[in-house]
Amino acid sequence: MTRKISLGPLNRVEGDLDIQLSLDENEQYIESAQVKSTLYRGFENLLTGKAVMDALAITPRVCGICSISQSVAAAKAIADFAQIPMAANGQRVTNILLASEMVADILTHFYLFFMPDFANPAYSNKAWSEEINVNFTAVSGNQHGAMLKARAEFLHVMGILAGKWPHSMVFQPGGVSKTVSMSEQLKLLGIIANFKSYLEQVVFGDKLETISNIANQAELENWQQSHPFNHSNFSMFLGISQSLNLPGFGASSGQLLAFPAFEQENSHYYQGGAFLDNQVQALATNNIIEHHKFAKLYGEQSSPVNGFTQPDINKADAYTWCKAPRYNSKVMETGSLARQFINGDSLAQSLVSNTGTNIHNRMVLRLVELAKLTLQIERWIKDIEPKNTFCNQVELPKEGQGIGLSEAARGSLGHWMTVENGKISNYQLVAPTSWNFSPRDNQGVSGALEQSLAKLPYQSEQDKQMLQHIIRSFDPCMLCTVH
Amino acid sequence: MPKQLNLLWLQSGGCGGCTMSLLNAEQPNIFDAFKNSHINLLWHASLSANPSNNFTQIIDDITSNKIQLDILCVEGAAVTGPDGTGGFHMVSGMDIPMMTLIEQLAQKSRYTLAIGSCTAYGGMTRSNKNQTDVKGLQYIAEQKGGLLGSDYLSKSDMPVINIAGCPAHPEWILHTIQAIALDKFDTNEIDTVQRPKFYTEHLAHHACPKNEYYEYKASAAKPGQAGCLMENLGCKATQAAADCNIRLWNGYGSCPKAGYACINCTAPGFEEPGHAFCQTPKLAGIPIGLPTDMPKAWFIALSSLSKAATPERIKTNARSETIKISPDMAKNKVNAKTKK
Repeated sequence: MTRKISLGPLNRVEGDLDIQLSLDENEQYIESAQVKSTLYRGFENLLTGKAVMDALAITPRVCGICSISQSVAAAKAIADFAQIPMAANGQRVTNILLASEMVADILTHFYLFFMPDFANPAYSNKAWSEEINVNFTAVSGNQHGAMLKARAEFLHVMGILAGKWPHSMVFQPGGVSKTVSMSEQLKLLGIIANFKSYLEQVVFGDKLETISNIANQAELENWQQSHPFNHSNFSMFLGISQSLNLPGFGASSGQLLAFPAFEQENSHYYQGGAFLDNQVQALATNNIIEHHKFAKLYGEQSSPVNGFTQPDINKADAYTWCKAPRYNSKVMETGSLARQFINGDSLAQSLVSNTGTNIHNRMVLRLVELAKLTLQIERWIKDIEPKNTFCNQVELPKEGQGIGLSEAARGSLGHWMTVENGKISNYQLVAPTSWNFSPRDNQGVSGALEQSLAKLPYQSEQDKQMLQHIIRSFDPCMLCTVH
Repeated sequence: MPKQLNLLWLQSGGCGGCTMSLLNAEQPNIFDAFKNSHINLLWHASLSANPSNNFTQIIDDITSNKIQLDILCVEGAAVTGPDGTGGFHMVSGMDIPMMTLIEQLAQKSRYTLAIGSCTAYGGMTRSNKNQTDVKGLQYIAEQKGGLLGSDYLSKSDMPVINIAGCPAHPEWILHTIQAIALDKFDTNEIDTVQRPKFYTEHLAHHACPKNEYYEYKASAAKPGQAGCLMENLGCKATQAAADCNIRLWNGYGSCPKAGYACINCTAPGFEEPGHAFCQTPKLAGIPIGLPTDMPKAWFIALSSLSKAATPERIKTNARSETIKISPDMAKNKVNAKTKK
């Protein structure tokens, strides 16, 4: 007889999450896991019958954590539907804002969600235990005040460019409604300069350029060896990771997905694609199908192009409100690791080809992305041309479809919109954590997190704590997941 | 040592955005603000260290009166569907509907705070026919009642305090909590729909940097243009009870400052304006939603007068992304004309 254990309510994640473990009969290891999203709001159905541009007011409110990425996907879906290009300044401002949301998210995740799990009695025998308790204990840790200050001051970027965060409506299909003067441009550079010094002094203990240039696993190990444990928060994480063997835990199937993101003139900063059968393939969105079998939703499966979301709360075997999206019928992992790997980033390629997808690689690549994106934000700010237009004006057709793809902090986000008689007739969105925390698909195959929890030992307090690290290494956002 | 106040934060049918907004608090940050006001955070799902089994223990201790719950913060509308069961939002690991837990704890709390417009009035989750049957804690849009009923009073004889906004500004939340901690928050501090007066006795219009354009009804026609957003682009700042342009968001911002409409997100029912959000509904060319307390005839008379008197500078700049005519250029022009 297997015993079932609920880990819920799982705190320090975004939104409502429960995970049910089935243990073997001797209660020594996890036979299988079920990831449960416990809140259903039906956001896609809120858009039906609304004016096309209303998507820009409604979709950011799917998620207060990833609000800008939702806005960007919606603006892109409308731009695709209306077939209009985005003004170059509009691209720059959009990219700055989306990257800023990601940067803020990486900080929040690292300090408030992920690191407090090491300030735990399970690790009281570790040499680093006391130092980590002092610095990272939830709510009272010494690092949180400085992080929140740096984060809030950095988010002045949002005040200047987006009006507020979350839930800005500055994003338009043709660009942004905010124009930027030279003086504002200089103010933005000042904000970034302050933020960089926080990152360099506290988070990394090194120049952002140096961190960004770490090209492979050997160079990362060299960096770690040449800096003591307490040199910076990054070095503390690397030390803990080594001490607990975090590269050895949290593997998913290793199939990776990323959508193109950060549009620049004739290119994307992240090109996007699918890593399947050991090669990166060009992205084809018609390979995406959502399976409904274990979701409390009607139907067997649907493509987001003409998908539907109707609750069926008493459906047999269903255990979550989340559909199971699959690409070419395959389970995919998405996120910071995936988009950098697919983009050919040399550190991501080195880490993933050496040790696969795991807690350590997800966290390292997220932190390195924090350094890289901050430098990139600075470049985009410098590229703004205050005298040129920020927004192309749009004429909306009465009928048609549009697809809006982007990356959110947590990975690939897509919006699929159908318009009839000038109104939205169908709207579907597939969010990053819908991939990572998906239930079983129609073939009974588990999603990325469920796979990474199966067969793990479940005996010591350290075993149990490792599950918490694995779960949070995906940086789940449950609000986006079900929407 | 001053008495500690126990605060518990629940999340339901919302988006988590008010917590994200609260993390933007400056001078001080949220954790220092709680510490300074002697707030003991019993539980917040996003922030607490507590392993999950402590959560049910905390709930038991509150319901059995072992712990006094001073401040209950709820973020997100109460989800009552389907068919009144609350099954659309079950508490993880507890197997009861979140709405039931909110009801139980609201009977124990000294102050009950609805964080954000969904918690107060239903908000965006209520829009489009309210398919998941969400309720605000004491309202459904303008209609009183909600989850807890119109007669509900917390242990301090206060109705639910509605910190409306989508999201709520971090200071709207913190200043309410800080005032409670100082024992300075009573029924005199809330307005007719139970929002803290300290931010709703202003209009979002106050201190709007587009005020000169508004004075002359020199209006933007398209996103990105500098003019006033009220006549064409859906801006409701002249009706919206909030101090956004005085207090500012993220240090510098407000919706109109970033070139888009105020959609009156602190108001009950803002999610269903009856028109496209960023398009001003008009009757015979005149916007329907005029400033609440201004006689229509006067507004129209003043508007036509001020439109006729609009200086070239303002008319031109209103329809442009950049300033085409600056005040000094305009002044020289007028001087040149006078000299002729």
